[in-house]
Amino acid sequence: MAMQFYTSPEQIMRDRAEYARKNISRGRNVVALSCADGVLFVAENVSSALHKLYELYDRIGFAAVGRYNEFENLRTAGVRMADLRGYSYDRRDVNAASLAKAYAQTLGAIFSEQTKPFEVEICVAGVGTSPQDDELYRLTFDGSINDEPGYLAMGGQADQLFGVLEEGHDFDAPLVDSFALALRALSNDGNGSQRELTTDVLEVAVLERSRPGRSFRRIQGLALETLMSSAESSNESGSSDEESDSGGSGS
Amino acid sequence: MTGEGFPGKLPNAFMTAGTSSFSEFLTQAAPELLPGRRPLPPGEHAEISAHATTIVSLKSAEGIVMAGDRRATMGNYISSRDIEKVFAADGYSLIGIAGTAGIGIELVKLYQLELEHYEKIEGSSLTLDGKANRLATMLRGNLGIALQGLAVVPLFGGFDNDAEDLSRAGRIFSFDVVGGVYEERDFDSIGSGSIFAKSSLKKRYRRGLETDEAVKIAVEALYDAADDDSATGGPDPTRDLYPVVMTATAEGTERVDEERVAETARELVASRSEQPYG
Repeated sequence: MAMQFYTSPEQIMRDRAEYARKNISRGRNVVALSCADGVLFVAENVSSALHKLYELYDRIGFAAVGRYNEFENLRTAGVRMADLRGYSYDRRDVNAASLAKAYAQTLGAIFSEQTKPFEVEICVAGVGTSPQDDELYRLTFDGSINDEPGYLAMGGQADQLFGVLEEGHDFDAPLVDSFALALRALSNDGNGSQRELTTDVLEVAVLERSRPGRSFRRIQGLALETLMSSAESSNESGSSDEESDSGGSGS
Repeated sequence: MTGEGFPGKLPNAFMTAGTSSFSEFLTQAAPELLPGRRPLPPGEHAEISAHATTIVSLKSAEGIVMAGDRRATMGNYISSRDIEKVFAADGYSLIGIAGTAGIGIELVKLYQLELEHYEKIEGSSLTLDGKANRLATMLRGNLGIALQGLAVVPLFGGFDNDAEDLSRAGRIFSFDVVGGVYEERDFDSIGSGSIFAKSSLKKRYRRGLETDEAVKIAVEALYDAADDDSATGGPDPTRDLYPVVMTATAEGTERVDEERVAETARELVASRSEQPYG
């Protein structure tokens, strides 16, 4: 008979968490932030077919990092859950909080009961009538649920991204300025220097506050090019302001 | 919501891969929400629910026009004067229903969600043929209750974004209770007044009609149906109720402005006052 080795529960959980965390940290980043025009999602994604940003319901969006098959599984479950609820009650009875809670329970159950946790981090965002009413929930592999204050970042460099977002976030900023901020955050490589991000590695979507019914809209193609060029000019003017403020020579 | 296997997790039906259909998901997760899955006592039950009546649809140069009268009946009793029976199924297609009103409206709601659900899961919408076939599948599930007198027959049509040219983009599909799908060449009508509506369309219809013109003859066909069928409602100026008319064109689906439909109906009544047989 094979020898049974004792492993403490702490050790098992620690190993699982470390396993999930390590794999998630290899993923590219996603940023979600609420602004005057709605909730903006920006992801670094080289594929134009395998998305990271999705619509769940009329006013609710979904963003994820990590293993594609696992978050796709969760996303599909979310769409089904939202549609089932909207069908049996009313469309207005579907809200981000209940979806986030169901996700938290599912992720938590998978984390504690199965040998391998889901290597994902997901965001459920709901757009409200004003930017302060927006709901942003970040859910981690172990089922923890965080209600974020207007902005969030997920992926390998999430901590550094949080710093940039915290500094620049403004609820009442227009979409272009928020996109510029998201770009600044995503292109920050952690050593203080900036990477160049182009439109073909970006996936952008927005839950439009003013749009009735299904508010999720992807910003791609020409619309993304336009947004990118106006965001770049706003970033440049922003940074030159800082230089003049700090008494630099300027250009 | 508890899961099979261990508590807290969503049920397996939610996490299953492979289907993009909401009604297929419902058969697993909540079959009681499907109209065809509710057991009925044996017998004929046609008299327990209101009946929705006449719908007409015809092709125009830009797409299709679909119109429905506003009446629902229970035997010789008018159970509703303002029921709406024509709906946008999604951004480019329309659906109208005749038969058992309650189940018809439930079917439309389920069908609209079916199309939206597919769009969200797949990231692209079904082709127009795919949508028509999906509707047929859903009807097949209702065959049992249809045979017990609770039949629903839809009329479906829309703007086909994959069409080779604009003249072929407007398409209309009719169905029967067993789930047969029949593509119509020019126009079709369903419901109790459909015989009269079709006869009217037969005399008035021409290929390549402008949408405005098509709206006019759709309203006229419903007028003729109401003239001879007691279950079809005609224009009702005392309550300001006129047919629901919708269009599906390259710009998407749209409900024709009610005031415009009222104006069309008033003109029609005026011209019929002079010439009762059109």
